[in-house]
Amino acid sequence: MIIGLFNDWVVVVLMMIGLYIVIAHGNLIKKIVGLAIFQTSVFILYISMANVEGGSAPILAEGIKQFSNPLPHVLILTAIVVGVATTALGLALVVRIKEAYGSIEEEDIQHLDNKTQDETEIQATEGDQS
Amino acid sequence: MKDLFAVVMLLGIYSLLSASFFVAMDAVDVAFTEAAVGAGISTLLMLVVITMTGRSEKTTRHKPWLALLVVVFTGGVLIYGTFDMPYFGIADAPIHSHVAPRYINESMKEIGIPNIVTSVLASYRAFDTFGEVVVIFTAGIGVMALLSVGRRPEEDEKTTAINDSMHEEYLVIRIVTKMLIPFILLYALYVQFHGDFGPGGGFQAGVIFAAAIILYTMLFGLTTARKVINQSFIQFIAAAGVLLYGCVGIVSMLNGANFFDYNVLASDPVAGQHLGILLIEWGVGCTVASVMIMIFFNFAGRREMQQNNEKVNNIEGDSL
Amino acid sequence: MDIIINISGALFLLIGSFLCISGGVGLLRFPDFYTRMHAVGVTDTLGAGMILIGLMFYSPDFLTFSKLVIILLLTLLIGPTTSHVLAKAAMHNNLMPKLQQEDNIKETSSSNY
Repeated sequence: MIIGLFNDWVVVVLMMIGLYIVIAHGNLIKKIVGLAIFQTSVFILYISMANVEGGSAPILAEGIKQFSNPLPHVLILTAIVVGVATTALGLALVVRIKEAYGSIEEEDIQHLDNKTQDETEIQATEGDQS
Repeated sequence: MKDLFAVVMLLGIYSLLSASFFVAMDAVDVAFTEAAVGAGISTLLMLVVITMTGRSEKTTRHKPWLALLVVVFTGGVLIYGTFDMPYFGIADAPIHSHVAPRYINESMKEIGIPNIVTSVLASYRAFDTFGEVVVIFTAGIGVMALLSVGRRPEEDEKTTAINDSMHEEYLVIRIVTKMLIPFILLYALYVQFHGDFGPGGGFQAGVIFAAAIILYTMLFGLTTARKVINQSFIQFIAAAGVLLYGCVGIVSMLNGANFFDYNVLASDPVAGQHLGILLIEWGVGCTVASVMIMIFFNFAGRREMQQNNEKVNNIEGDSL
Repeated sequence: MDIIINISGALFLLIGSFLCISGGVGLLRFPDFYTRMHAVGVTDTLGAGMILIGLMFYSPDFLTFSKLVIILLLTLLIGPTTSHVLAKAAMHNNLMPKLQQEDNIKETSSSNY
């Protein structure tokens, strides 16, 4: 039954949406949003792998025989909290970039960088000539 | 979509939807965490950053054909890779045959608590969780190093005056919030200590606790919140949580067992496991809560500083 | 006795779901931000409240019942407050209630932060 791989395809589609946002958009906040989508797709991959047909949540109780796999749940639980911590770090970097460059667009930042580099080179050559 | 505010709100909705997906997949603990963290805290942090960096995205001229090509190619390769994966939901997939049966069958005997996720998280894989807690702590330190600002005390009086005069405007929500915050804190403690029996534990409790404090900060201003919770105290608690976690491991080592082997903490192995899990969950809860509060305080403090600078610049511009 | 409880519970659930659906229709069909918000506010408090009351009739033990009561109280407290805050934020951003204008929610709910 080929439809049994449906969950993996959903994950791949979500992952590619996240990757596309990270590659194609210049805005740094949007890049972080893309990373968050990518991250969530990985969570969905793990959690859907852990699911067992007819299973129940992994909390032991009377009369339940079949449980979902608890191990991916543990991994993803910690990964979510670590994910928000790293997102916060990325956002802090964005704030500092905004303060330093006055913009959070990738192109503007590159433009500013190139300009300062050219200026220093010009100054250096002028210094040699004099 | 050029409006970043809408983008961030949609991300929050997406997080909430994925949380409900996790419930449908029997992962109640994960869903709880995702709802509190993804839909709550991370959306909030992004909103704070948007107020600092501007709401709209610049339009780009070049066409992203290359990116599209890369994405389609990678997606195609990944989909080709999925054909080797086991089908969804079958019980004899390789993932279910390694250590998971041991956790499911033996954990009641060895650990003695019903929630398998908690026993795996805090006992079988305690070393792993220790690493995660240290990562969170490091991220908190990183944000502090990047964003912390020295406060000038003479500005504080002005801001409190502004806050008091704005009390009329936010009357309804402030009073309702004051009514709600004790319940949120109580619920966080319930989640913290009920993690052995139902979904919950240190991570979720820490985030909920932090959410209550962040709510207070948003409504009553940063200065008032800093009076309630001292920032250096928060930093101390964040470090103390990691220390408590590590100490539990070291104590079990000194008692002659492996690192994070709780069996020796009490005379009875199961009682020792209970004690170890309780202490470890406390450490996790303290660290997560205080790191989240710390991160938010630093972002909000940065924002306040920027606004003050703008005000000063405007006044100087007017006087010139 | 059982049949009375069952029927009244089902009745409450039906009313609640009808209110929720009408709120959703209102969200899609109403012309401007304030009327839409009004529709959602009704859904949040009355619809969810009715569904919770309906569930109370079906709750098997006292623990579930008391949890539902707590959720109901919190909903009654939070729902109107969020509507109030949203409306206030919209007013704060100078969005006037106009019936002719087809506005979008994105622009209005910005700085309720």
